[in-house]
Amino acid sequence: MNPSEGARITVELGVPAGPPAAVEVPVGPGVQRTYWQTVGERLAHDPVTLACGFILLLMVAAAVFAPWLGLPDPYHSNSAIRLLPIGSPGHLLGTDELGRDMLSRLIYGGRLSLAMGIIPVLNALAVGGTLGLVAGFSGGRVNMLIMRVTDVFYAFPSILLAVAIAGSLGAGVANALLAITIVFIPQITRVTESVTTQIRAMDFVEAARASGAGAFAIIRTHILGNVLGPVLVYATVLVSVSIVISAGLSFIGLGASPPAAEWGLMLNTLRDSIFLAPAISLLPGCMIFIASMCFNLISDGLRGAMDVRL
Amino acid sequence: MDTPHPFLSVRNLRKYFPVRAQRLGGARLMVQAVDDVSFDITEGETLGIVGESGCGKSTTGRLLMHLIRPDEGEVRLCNKPVLREGGLTLRELRRNMQMVFQDSYASLNPRLTVVDSIAFGPRAHGVPKDRAREKAHELLALVGLEPHLFGARYPHQLSGGQRQRVNFARALALEPKLVILDEAVSALDKSIEAQVLNLLMELKRDLKLTYLFISHDLNVVQYVSDHVLVMYLGKVVEFGPVDEVYHRPRHPYTQALLASRPSMDPEIKIEKSPLSGDPPNPINPPSGCRFRTRCVHAESVCASLEPAPVNVSSPAGRHTVACHMWIPSSGHSRKLT
Repeated sequence: MNPSEGARITVELGVPAGPPAAVEVPVGPGVQRTYWQTVGERLAHDPVTLACGFILLLMVAAAVFAPWLGLPDPYHSNSAIRLLPIGSPGHLLGTDELGRDMLSRLIYGGRLSLAMGIIPVLNALAVGGTLGLVAGFSGGRVNMLIMRVTDVFYAFPSILLAVAIAGSLGAGVANALLAITIVFIPQITRVTESVTTQIRAMDFVEAARASGAGAFAIIRTHILGNVLGPVLVYATVLVSVSIVISAGLSFIGLGASPPAAEWGLMLNTLRDSIFLAPAISLLPGCMIFIASMCFNLISDGLRGAMDVRL
Repeated sequence: MDTPHPFLSVRNLRKYFPVRAQRLGGARLMVQAVDDVSFDITEGETLGIVGESGCGKSTTGRLLMHLIRPDEGEVRLCNKPVLREGGLTLRELRRNMQMVFQDSYASLNPRLTVVDSIAFGPRAHGVPKDRAREKAHELLALVGLEPHLFGARYPHQLSGGQRQRVNFARALALEPKLVILDEAVSALDKSIEAQVLNLLMELKRDLKLTYLFISHDLNVVQYVSDHVLVMYLGKVVEFGPVDEVYHRPRHPYTQALLASRPSMDPEIKIEKSPLSGDPPNPINPPSGCRFRTRCVHAESVCASLEPAPVNVSSPAGRHTVACHMWIPSSGHSRKLT
């Protein structure tokens, strides 16, 4: 997102810039809020993030509960009613090039598309996050080894790498998921490593080491909580990237295959009808845009809310 | 003054930090941060370490804690060698020795409450959670913070002085014998600094602690220390009882350092800075005596030979100086005794 957007939100929220002033806060016991409570409170006062969260919640809920929404069968084709315009009776968002109900297909498509956005990021978070923590905390040769290997992956643009991996593994949803996960692991590793290295150099980690605690206890108590925030913000951005890449893979035939309902694939199959029914053809693209935009804006909001310095 | 077994004895401590080689295949440059530092601390005393920025004061503290691994040198605590066969393990060392850092904010985890920060050390040493928290409350009371008012707070909800008190409590949680105070009061307001210093002195008396007090503030060091160690570019230039060093400084560097103190009397103005320029680059320190480039008494012997520390007569105990003027047979034209 553009940087001024983030700055504006920050100002509205009144986040103090720089180190906090040492003010005497008369807080008694019992009214303490944890860090995440504070973050939650800030998010609750951020209309953009709230709106995006609401839209995404709606999308996810619709996708999850699609079979119970009384929608027409998304796979039932009828060549008599091909490319009905938006607003046709019985077909609120019209029909596609094979006469299938667009609304139903978009909602069912969300199942695959959103899953393909979120699952690779979660997987990459587990693998890349661990690698980054280990690299950042150990430093020295371990760091060198892990980071130089991730650098190799960094040499390729992410879409190209995803296409190359998915292409060599063969078409299919599982392979597309794997390809995107592999693309994201180095990125998350690098972000986690850089934040961990930064936190590790802080005096409180030094003090924890001086107390004779083991590496595991230090990571769990002192590193993880401080690294989680920035990494989570980054991961949220990656979800939107993941949605776009997976749509792209499906579009070129490396992800989901017909007749599956998936936004990228739908965009591809409707491509031929773009002059006959431009509005219909653009609908899957709109969904991709909205979902990815929402994840992006939420990430921005999170960044602002987390910059609490507690 | 010298006991047969000093409480802490440090011999020939050395740490060179490698710097990236300037050109490929070139010799690896080293910052000689701490070079051949030796000293003893008697139980229950405070040893002050003073010197300009970058002279190796803080590095010495971190080397003693083994937060940085020394290249060379022997450390003995209570006559037991540290990290040697039959000596203290790292864990045991850190139980006996704790450190307080300068930046009170950076040395507390912003995500942990005060109590959790203090209880972390004991927990790491296997104290059950409830007992560790209980202990944290006791320690808060000990450093003058009402446990029920402050225990559940986060670092950003405290003032600088309060945070530093929490850091003391955290350092004391493992019941150490020796506490290294690395510029521990330097960042505080003068009024707060006095309070905290008094607290430190009380704690030392009540808990029978020994302090290693690292500071650039000559006045504070004079106030708290029994002995003083003056460092210059990684070397010890003078060591002695605090009153002797402050009232009769023997080394030209100590003299210049003390003369550069601002006077409390507005009538007395320092016309010319007794020390000019910056210390030389520790990557390539001057040959012989490292202070010779800024010393008014420097002669050819100072460039060719490194002065070994020699004992000088002092009524209050052991006093050593590393200067050719104090070595009778050094060949320096000025002879001091």
